[in-house]
Amino acid sequence: MVTAAVILASEGANPLGPNWWEVLVTAVSFAVLLFVVTKFIAPSFEKSYTDRVEAIEGGIEKAEEAQAEANALLEQYKAQLMDARTEANGIREAARAEGAQILADLKEKAAEESARITAQAQVQIESERVAAVNSLRNEVGTLATSLASKIVGEALDDDARSNRVVERFLADLENQSNAGASK
Amino acid sequence: MNAFALPMASNDGGFVPPTISDTHLPDIIPWLAPYGTGFGKQMLVVIVSVIIIAWFFKAAIRSPKLVPGKAQFFAEGFYNFARNTIGRDIMGEKNFRPWVPLLFTVFTFVLLNNIFGAIPFIQLPSFSHAGSAYAIAAIIYFTWITVGVRKHGLRYFKLAVVPQGVPVWILPLLVPLEIISNFIVRPMTHSLRLMATMLAGHMIVILAGSGAEYLITEQDNILLQATGFAVIAGSVAMYFLELLIMVLQAFVFTLLTALYVQGALDADAH
Repeated sequence: MVTAAVILASEGANPLGPNWWEVLVTAVSFAVLLFVVTKFIAPSFEKSYTDRVEAIEGGIEKAEEAQAEANALLEQYKAQLMDARTEANGIREAARAEGAQILADLKEKAAEESARITAQAQVQIESERVAAVNSLRNEVGTLATSLASKIVGEALDDDARSNRVVERFLADLENQSNAGASK
Repeated sequence: MNAFALPMASNDGGFVPPTISDTHLPDIIPWLAPYGTGFGKQMLVVIVSVIIIAWFFKAAIRSPKLVPGKAQFFAEGFYNFARNTIGRDIMGEKNFRPWVPLLFTVFTFVLLNNIFGAIPFIQLPSFSHAGSAYAIAAIIYFTWITVGVRKHGLRYFKLAVVPQGVPVWILPLLVPLEIISNFIVRPMTHSLRLMATMLAGHMIVILAGSGAEYLITEQDNILLQATGFAVIAGSVAMYFLELLIMVLQAFVFTLLTALYVQGALDADAH
């Protein structure tokens, strides 16, 4: 029995027979390594892994966000530009219409003003003429009578008569002047 | 002798093929021998792997940047592979998060310990020793059973061994098969697949090395010596094949871990 064991040991004949020290050392080594990996190594790798995934996905998300924002801004600018153009056209149209309106108003006003001035002038002329005619009639009458009395030496104190004479004289003058004007 | 010794070679008389015992290196601290087989190179390598993995990944992620540097990029490649390719794709978006550390640990631990077999002067894939493979497979075995029981209670064992939607008369045949398949064979294949591929690769390296040495140094015929160089050339190709298998087995081991845990979590879904 002892010899058999010695022979077996010396040849190591059976490769399936375990060396129990090796079993123990391997099991303990494996346990130690598993502990180290679980405790220290795997969490670091997982963290690095998630960090990278986040960085990549975050970057893509950020880029997409920026793209969307830029698109929105572009749309907004386009809309604003369109609005501004429409507004400008409207303003131009309104200004043109207003200008035309102002021009027409001014023309009308000017016409009115001129008409008014003309009418006023005519009224003034008419009244001045009437006044002149009246004053002339009075003065010419007086002058003429005083002149005639001086010339004729005849007192023409009777107002009614002298008036009649003056009227007749003026009528003659008018007739003369009318005839001259019509000539 | 054992099956790993080539029968033809033993008749040769000159060439002594390497055996399994050559993969068990002398103790580093021999005076511990009375308490057990002692502290061997394999155990040192396993402990070193833990230190390297913990140090490298901790250093690589110490100051994480959004745009990773070389070390961080490299480290994140491993982490994302364990997290997304294995964890998320196998276990689904809903379940995978709490299991990422386990999958990451399994993947890096197995991968580095396998790769040790391809690094000159270390050249010892830790899992070519059955004990290590048993240990890690057992941890995962009890993990997924615990997960199943905590999620579904004791009903989990019924869910795990009684398939739904099959005729009742076939159950007496199917249930024992499921018990054997899920609770007995599964941890064995899980550990032995890893251990056997690593041991085979390791043996090929040893065999090629000793074979080439024997052919070159012990033969008088120049042509036979030349075949030694052919063996070296062949062993380079084997080296790269081994490298591929080392990575592949780490991936497969982690993938199966994810599948088992996922199966336990969703035992009621199928």
